[in-house]
Amino acid sequence: MASAKASGKKHSFTPMVHTYLRMDNRFPHVWCPGCGIGILFAALIHALHELNIPKDKILLASGIGCTSRMPGYLDTDTFHVLHGRALAAATGVKLARPDMEVIVVGGDGDMLAIGGNHFIHAARRNIGITCIVLNNYNYAMTGGQQSPTTPRDMFATTAPYGTIDDPADACSLAEASGAAFVARTTTYNFVQLKRFVKTALSRKGFRLIEVVAQCPTIFGRLNRMPATKDLITWIKGHTVTLEAAKKMDADELRDKIVTGVFVDREVEEYSDRYARLIKKVRNAH
Amino acid sequence: MRRLVSGNEACAEAALRAGIRFFGGYPITPSTEIAELMAEELPRVGGVFMQMEDEIASIMAIVGASAAGVPSMTATSGPGFSLMQEGIGYAAMTEIPVVVVDVMRGGPATGLPTKGSQGDLQQARWGTHGDHPVVVFAPRGVEETFALTLRAVDVSERLRVPVILLTDEFIGHMREIVSFPSRVEVYHRQRPRVASSEYVHYAEENNYNAPYASYGGGYAIHLTGLTHRADGFPINDAPTIRWNNERLRAKIEDNLAYLEDNYIDDDPDADTLIVAVGSSARSAYEAKLLTDKPLAYIRLLTLWPFPDATIHRLARGRKRVVVPEMNDGQLCREVQRCLSGDTELVSVTRNDGSMLTPQEVLEVL
Repeated sequence: MASAKASGKKHSFTPMVHTYLRMDNRFPHVWCPGCGIGILFAALIHALHELNIPKDKILLASGIGCTSRMPGYLDTDTFHVLHGRALAAATGVKLARPDMEVIVVGGDGDMLAIGGNHFIHAARRNIGITCIVLNNYNYAMTGGQQSPTTPRDMFATTAPYGTIDDPADACSLAEASGAAFVARTTTYNFVQLKRFVKTALSRKGFRLIEVVAQCPTIFGRLNRMPATKDLITWIKGHTVTLEAAKKMDADELRDKIVTGVFVDREVEEYSDRYARLIKKVRNAH
Repeated sequence: MRRLVSGNEACAEAALRAGIRFFGGYPITPSTEIAELMAEELPRVGGVFMQMEDEIASIMAIVGASAAGVPSMTATSGPGFSLMQEGIGYAAMTEIPVVVVDVMRGGPATGLPTKGSQGDLQQARWGTHGDHPVVVFAPRGVEETFALTLRAVDVSERLRVPVILLTDEFIGHMREIVSFPSRVEVYHRQRPRVASSEYVHYAEENNYNAPYASYGGGYAIHLTGLTHRADGFPINDAPTIRWNNERLRAKIEDNLAYLEDNYIDDDPDADTLIVAVGSSARSAYEAKLLTDKPLAYIRLLTLWPFPDATIHRLARGRKRVVVPEMNDGQLCREVQRCLSGDTELVSVTRNDGSMLTPQEVLEVL
C-alpha cells in the first residue's frame, strides 16, 4: 500500500475475500442490508484462507433459504440442493470424494425443521462435514414465518399472536446425536465466529457451529427491532458465555444465547471408517 | 454362465457389473434384497453402500455421490418412490445421472407390501412437479431385469438423466435362469479436457454423450435446482426458462430411436393388437400362445418415452387393441392417445395383488 502511494500510481488491490468470490457475474447478492449472513460468509472465507485449504478441494453445499444462497457466490465447487436435503447430498459427496473439504451451510428452518432428520443422522455417523447453521429465528426468504428456533412469545407471520412453541436447540441436538465438535456463537462476535470455524475445519467428523444472526428486515421488523443495531444489541444482551451459564439456573437461562464450545472430541470420520471396512473386506478375500 | 437367481439379485448383479459404486438406500419390501446384496458386494469392489435415514436422504445421497463422479443407484418400492420424487426432479434439473429402481407393490399408501402391482407406471412418468421427460425401463422377468439394469446405468450416464427401472414384487422375488454374459461393456463418464475458464457445464454441445465435470475436478461448478443458465447459475427471465426446459426435452427427444425398445410379434392377419408391459405381459403373451386366433403383440421394454408412433402404426386399421395390466388402467390411458379411427380399446385389469392370468386375457380375445 505504502509503495503504491509513494509512487503516485493508481493502486490496484484485490481484497483477499474477492479471490474466493465469483466476482465476475454473481453480484449484487440477494441479501438485505444489515443481514447477518455476510458476517458469517466473511468469517468462513477468512477461515478457509488462513487454513490454506485448496480451493479445488472445497465443496460448499446448502439447502434452500437465505443462508443457502451462499454457495452461489463462492468460487469453488458449490451445491445448492433441495430444501432440507443438503446434509444428505453432502454425505454422498463426502463418501465419493473423501479428500474434499465438505462444508454445509443452512438456516434454522432448513436444518432443524425440514432437514432435522438428516441433521441427527449426519451427526450420529460423524460424516466429515462442517455444518454451519445460521439461526436468525425465522424463515426469512419466504417472508418471516416462525421456525423451530423462534423464541417463545416472539412474532412471525405465522405466529401473529406470538409463538407458543418451545424452540429447538441445535447444539443440544448435535451433541446428543454424537457430533465431534459443537459450538455456538453470534454475528456480534466475529473474532470468535472465525475462530470456531477454523477450529471446526481442523477437526474430523461432524462439526456443528450454530451462529445466531440478525435478520432486521423480516424478523426484526416483526418484533419491533427494525434497525440492525437494535437486533444486534438484543442478541448481545441475551448472550452469555458457557462459563457464565454454568453459574446460572434454568430459569435465568431460559431466554439466553449460550455461546462457547460444547463438544470437542476426537472421532474417526465416517469415510475413514468406510475405507477401513473396504480394506478389511478385501483382505478377507 | 447360467444361474438361477431372483429379479432383485439380477438387478444388484447388473448394477455392480455396470459400474455402480455407490448405493444409498432404505429398507422397504419388496426391494430390500437389492440393498442387502449391495451392502455385501460394494465394499468388495471398493464401492460404498449407505443405509440412509429415509428415502429422501437416499435419493439425495446418490445425487451427491454421482455429482462427485461416482455412478450411483438406489432401490425402493411405492411409498419410498413417492418420497424420492422431489429428488428425482432435482437430478433431472441438474442433469446428474442416477438410477432409481422401483420394485412395485400394491398401493395406495402402505397398500400391499408383499404383493406385486403395476401401480407406479404413471407415477414414474409424472411423479415429480413440473415438466421434464423421463426414461423408464420395464423388464418382463429376471433375465431382462439384468439386461435393463445394465442399460439403465448406461443411458443415465450418457444422457445425464435419472433413469427409472420399474420391476415389481413378482419379478423381484421370482427365480429364473439367467445367462450372465462373461463381459459387459461399460460406458465411463468423460471428464472435460478444456481449461476451467473455458468450461460451461450446460453448454449446448454437452447435453448428452459429451464430457461433463464432477465435484473435485477443479472446475468450480455450481449445481442448483433453480432454473439456470448454461453456466449453472440461477436466473428467471423467460428466454432462459424456455432454454432450460427445452434442453431437458432435447436430451430425450433427440434420442427417441436410441431409447425406444419394444418386443413386437406382428401378424398382418390379426384384427387385434395386444399392448403390454412388464410382468403382466407374460400372461398376455401366454394367452396369445393359447389361442389359434391371429394376434399382433407389442411389449414395451422402454415405457417412457412412450412409443406413440410405433403403437399408432401397429394399431392402425385393427378392430381392437387389448391392454392387459395390473392396475386400474394406467397403460390403457397412454395407448388411447395413440389410437385413431374407430379402433376399439379393451382394458383388462387386475388390481388385487395377484398375477393377472393368461385366462383373464383369453376371455377378451
